[in-house]
Amino acid sequence: MRLILVYLIGVIFGTGIVVSGMANPAKVINFFDVAGSWDPSLAFVMGGALVVTGIGYRLVFGRQRPLFEGRFNLPTARNLDARLIGGSAVFGVGWGIAGFCPGGALPALGTGRMDVIVFVAAMLAGIFGARYLQSLSRPKATATS
Amino acid sequence: MFETAFTPWASLGGGALIGLAAVLLMLVLGRVMGATGILAGVFAPASVYDLSWRVAILLGMFTGPTVYWLVTGGMPEITVPASMPMLIVGGVIVGAGVTYGSGCTSGHGVCGMARLSPRSIAATLTFMATTAATVFVVRHVIGG
Repeated sequence: MRLILVYLIGVIFGTGIVVSGMANPAKVINFFDVAGSWDPSLAFVMGGALVVTGIGYRLVFGRQRPLFEGRFNLPTARNLDARLIGGSAVFGVGWGIAGFCPGGALPALGTGRMDVIVFVAAMLAGIFGARYLQSLSRPKATATS
Repeated sequence: MFETAFTPWASLGGGALIGLAAVLLMLVLGRVMGATGILAGVFAPASVYDLSWRVAILLGMFTGPTVYWLVTGGMPEITVPASMPMLIVGGVIVGAGVTYGSGCTSGHGVCGMARLSPRSIAATLTFMATTAATVFVVRHVIGG
């Protein structure tokens, strides 16, 4: 039952991504190309998502716990460290080059396009490579969001 | 370059759906709707159940284009300006960056920002700035 619900949540997310244009690299890159063929659409994606999430989270956090879990599982780290900022800066470089972010590319996989498959495969290689490097320096490190 | 149509209503509606999914996942499982974290967890699941919900939500995401096709009769428009080698380079960089940065546009940009998390606000401002700088370099410095 809950897995069906979670599947449907994935469907809502994936549909939102493709409707919004986040799965279209041309549109993503044009949003950042203020000096060229600027397309401000993605500001509306962010706006729509933030308003709904901001209000919805407030309502959900009014509950003691989620429907199917004992507690909310939220990231607990609070410090702004070099890893966070450096990693995010690096992510932006890749997003600017390819035009896909993880949340945009995963739903786009559903089209079966070869270029999306290649991007996701390369992204997985980057994830595994980074996790391997992290495992050399620290015993355990995982993405939290 | 290549113009794309300004689509305020589709983007606003799509964004609202993304937000709805984030809220529902928090309501149902108490989890952040971050593509990076969900995907990375598949390869290091805490339990069989942990793996099962991650796979379920990913399968749902893959269904997005099919729903789009069922409703509109066409596939979503996807235009990839990057060449295949650049797509690979970009993909590796994205994967490494989101791993060190603990999240991406969905995790930090939507869920974390909505919680007013200082880490997510800092991360989002950072990657928006480097993405814009990269696009400027690729399009107007290298691409000329």
